[in-house]
Amino acid sequence: MTTDNTLLALRGVDKVFPGVKALNGVDFTLRKGEIHALLGENGAGKSTLIKVMTGVYRRDGGQIVLADDEISPANTGEAQNLGISTVYQEVNLLPNLSVAQNLYLGREPMRFGLIHWRKMNRDARELLAGYDLDIDVTAPLTTYSVAIQQLIAIARGVAMSAKVLILDEPTASLDADEVASLFNIMRELRDKGIGIVFVTHFLDQVYAVCDRITILRNGTLVGEYDAATLTQQQLVSHMLGKELEKAVHEKVDHAEEQNREKLLEVHSASSDVLQPLNVSVCAGQVVGLAGLLGSGRTELCRLVFGLDAVKEGEVKLSGNPIKFTNTRQAVLAGMGLCPEDRKRDGIFGPMSIRENMIMALQNKRGWWRYIPMKKQRELAEHYVKALRIATSDIEKPINQLSGGNQQKVILARWLASEPHLLLLDEPTRGIDVGAHAEIIQLIRKLCEDGLGLLVASSELEELVEFADKVVVMRDRRKVAEVSGSDISQQNIMQAIAGQ
Amino acid sequence: MGYKDLSPLVRRSIWPLLGLAVLLLANVLIAPEFFSVEIKDGRLYGSLIDVMNRAAPVALLAIGMTLVIATGGIDLSVGSVMAIAGAVSAGLIVSGVDNIALVVGGGLLAGVAAGFVNGFLVGYFGIQPIVATLILMVAGRGIAQLINSGQIVTFHHDAFEFLGVGYFFGLPFPIVLVVIAFVLVQLLMRRTALGMFVEGVGANASASHHIGINDKLIKLMVYCVSGLCAALAGMIAAADIGGSDANNAGLWLELDAILAVVIGGASLMGGRFSVFLSIIGALIIQTLTITIILSGVPPKFNLLIKAAAIVIILLLQSPEFHRQVARLKKKRGPKHAS
Amino acid sequence: MLHKKFLPLYVTSLLFALLFLAGSIQFENFGTLRVFMNLFTDNAFLIIVAIGMTFVILSGGIDLSVGSTIALSGVIIGVLLEAGWHPLPAFAVVLVLGTLFGAVMGAIIHYYQLQPFIVTLAGMFFARGLSSVISEESIPIMHEFYDDVAMFGFELPGGAWLGSSTIIALTVLVLAVMLANFTRFGGRVYGLGGDTHSAALMGVPIARTTIAVYALSSFLAALAGIVFSFYTFSGYSLAAVGVELDAIAAVVIGGTLLTGGYGYVVGTLFGVLIMGVVQTYISFDGTLSSWWTKIVIGLLLFIFIAMQRFLVRR
Repeated sequence: MTTDNTLLALRGVDKVFPGVKALNGVDFTLRKGEIHALLGENGAGKSTLIKVMTGVYRRDGGQIVLADDEISPANTGEAQNLGISTVYQEVNLLPNLSVAQNLYLGREPMRFGLIHWRKMNRDARELLAGYDLDIDVTAPLTTYSVAIQQLIAIARGVAMSAKVLILDEPTASLDADEVASLFNIMRELRDKGIGIVFVTHFLDQVYAVCDRITILRNGTLVGEYDAATLTQQQLVSHMLGKELEKAVHEKVDHAEEQNREKLLEVHSASSDVLQPLNVSVCAGQVVGLAGLLGSGRTELCRLVFGLDAVKEGEVKLSGNPIKFTNTRQAVLAGMGLCPEDRKRDGIFGPMSIRENMIMALQNKRGWWRYIPMKKQRELAEHYVKALRIATSDIEKPINQLSGGNQQKVILARWLASEPHLLLLDEPTRGIDVGAHAEIIQLIRKLCEDGLGLLVASSELEELVEFADKVVVMRDRRKVAEVSGSDISQQNIMQAIAGQ
Repeated sequence: MGYKDLSPLVRRSIWPLLGLAVLLLANVLIAPEFFSVEIKDGRLYGSLIDVMNRAAPVALLAIGMTLVIATGGIDLSVGSVMAIAGAVSAGLIVSGVDNIALVVGGGLLAGVAAGFVNGFLVGYFGIQPIVATLILMVAGRGIAQLINSGQIVTFHHDAFEFLGVGYFFGLPFPIVLVVIAFVLVQLLMRRTALGMFVEGVGANASASHHIGINDKLIKLMVYCVSGLCAALAGMIAAADIGGSDANNAGLWLELDAILAVVIGGASLMGGRFSVFLSIIGALIIQTLTITIILSGVPPKFNLLIKAAAIVIILLLQSPEFHRQVARLKKKRGPKHAS
Repeated sequence: MLHKKFLPLYVTSLLFALLFLAGSIQFENFGTLRVFMNLFTDNAFLIIVAIGMTFVILSGGIDLSVGSTIALSGVIIGVLLEAGWHPLPAFAVVLVLGTLFGAVMGAIIHYYQLQPFIVTLAGMFFARGLSSVISEESIPIMHEFYDDVAMFGFELPGGAWLGSSTIIALTVLVLAVMLANFTRFGGRVYGLGGDTHSAALMGVPIARTTIAVYALSSFLAALAGIVFSFYTFSGYSLAAVGVELDAIAAVVIGGTLLTGGYGYVVGTLFGVLIMGVVQTYISFDGTLSSWWTKIVIGLLLFIFIAMQRFLVRR
């Protein structure tokens, strides 16, 4: 089956986690001397696939063939020895060791049983010269920028006789020049015959450097395409699983913006990670935030909520300029934020549902005015019922609930604090279908009650369903705004794709 | 109704309480008079009272340590702070201060000051708790000796000595002090939202930050409370012997206090806490010591048994250990079936 | 070669030189080779323990059991000699047992994902407890070999003395520097302290390295116990109480980051010497009392921790 230039082939690979089938019979073929983009939205299975290739996970089915031999790497070290090296976005090198040590850790040149430092440093300099890097290799890695660290990681991977080089979102924290020089090096490596798997969220970059594209969605293979023949629109529609040509929903005009009270106004505000942009939310309005992962949706929420500092421009709440120095001020001003990473930033795992629900309200009131236990129970019982949270007991630790119910608890936490403006970052991520519909209903209802909502989501369908206005983000800037009857999956998708 | 259905609080409480009950039972079996309490001159005497009285300093330390551990921290300096507080009080008495409020207040102030230093380093400087409190652990004893000019300062002050040897409603006063401290801390933590915030900061610092809880201030506060408790324990120790011994006051008690909290079922990673269970933990440590003595095992086995206890409790708390046990059960299961 | 990463090392060695100079200016007889060599003689066992602690701390851990291990080694040697053993096989037994003890602690820390400080705390109780179970009394050590070793040494100019303990400590130092900076094991230890997750991805055997680090620390603690018994000619279960704190302090003052990953074995030597010079200064002064040692060490700890905090944040 293998043609001459097939380097790595995955056939029908399965990976099952308790309750989820993360990969379902996925095929993937990497040729010698190509740059192959691996694309898909969050939860599509990209990172699982990479981890199966690199031995972090063991596959539950299918086969992996590297240059005609079936392989089953048990750990990353083994994969590395086989010739599969990976470079991650958060550079997985050792910050405290010198550049040379990082390049040669585990295979240091030895002399008389001791490390031959001079040779190691000399070799390191020579190696990096091949990447146009002329730096002090004896300095600790942390002294260099992420871009240089990434190149060092690539150099290490290639030097360990890599045949396959996997780059997992290497450009996420690089500026334009750094990206350009990274691409040059990728092309050089390709020309030397190395197969490169390139994972990225930046579609322009896919077209700038890739030869072929494989797209995953929901753990299954969508298809494998030539970059030259696949349009950006087709690409986006494959990733999101929607046909662009699909009939446009008729959108009910919910809010005539001019007449409404402006709740939130972002005036050409920027942060360290966000280009200046304008956004406004009215009372009784749901503003959707569309864009692929890493496009700046989360960053905008953080900016408004005071988690990131406003660098330029200003943010106004109900007409008053706000400059929060901590998030309690945002909470006191009547805001709430459901964070994207529920487990990391949202839930208090070992604490009860009741406590998780009243925490924000309590913090708003201050520590001294403790909400009486009876009131706490009433509140908790009320929201358990109102949001239909599936639990027998409000005293259960929240980490025993399913993801959807946890999300509802966090929503309840903010509803209990009686906010004017809610920021929801991916409120339906990792939630089963039933709970999904309920949360969307809830968003509509809150809007009718007069709340302003800013909802970031990667699911176009739901944005079309509930948003009165959609702000489209790409590459950390706002690229479009569609409102009223213009809101359709097609329009949003075109804006995301940049057309 | 199975073990899994019990509420988390009940499940957590069962083991320490059961442990204490077993130890007490063992003591009664070995020495039937263990439970007998006599009243002489309106004062209670007996082994039980003795256990509680001796456990008092560690119990006090454990109260503060519980809060610190709940935020995911640790306070290694409490033993040294005990020495400082004892030295300050002794110093005040020797220099002619007679007012008991001033003497006790001085000691407590020293404790708060020490706690403030610790809390500031941890909360606002972002230094690891072990490291930050190590500084005072080392320097604290030196400071105490400086105050004492390197002597063991002895004193006579009836009101102050009452802290260590007095009786109140028939009970030794240290026990009463533990009860008072417990009630105060319990009121502060459970009748206000502080306890919930402390647990929140320990359970998920990032989530606390996201809803605007001032985690730095919370950390500062728990180290101050820990310093206060340590100061009180230090004054009891000084009052007990009628002197301040900077070298030996509270020596290694920080380890007993941590042990008490761990026995009480708290996770060293922070989160849920129960001051009550930590006090039970302190009682278990003291009862264990008595059990060893009563059962005729020489007291030199004390430390060995303590070490074994720590290892067992740590293993019981470790998820990996649970997995191993589960795997072992699985392996055995089919064998029994066949 | 001046390099920024050696900065803490420069600060430590400079501080030692300054302190020694200050003493020499103020007191006659302070700035002599004799006083300098005595710093080594008096602190040889501490140098050895602190070197082991350096490896543990570099790897991101901590070892509270070393003081007890010193005591336990002394007691075991005492008992074996009483039973008529020659010291050399007794030393071998102690070193092997010590290594095993550390390996067990390392294994528990790694496999059960427990915090090093609480596991080694249990180890501390265990070793101390075991020594008092073996003997609560101080066991006198009497053996020709001991006399010979204690007497062994070289006369240096100015009445200074290069004794056997100093020779052992310096040998350990040289070997430790080679181990830390010129072998693959050393790189792994630094890697572990830098970022365990990355180290694992880069192929560092985490389990083996963790176990080896604690085994090394306990091995050196046992060796320190042997050296300690050369001074005291006894094995006593309450010996060397609190030495773990001195060792940790020496490592930190030596410029090693307590969170792991940064530092040098040579720095630890200077850390011990600084503590020794402070002590010597105080004893020369005569009016200052010994507790100033603790306060000064606490202050130095604070200064170094604050400085490191600043350096790491940059």
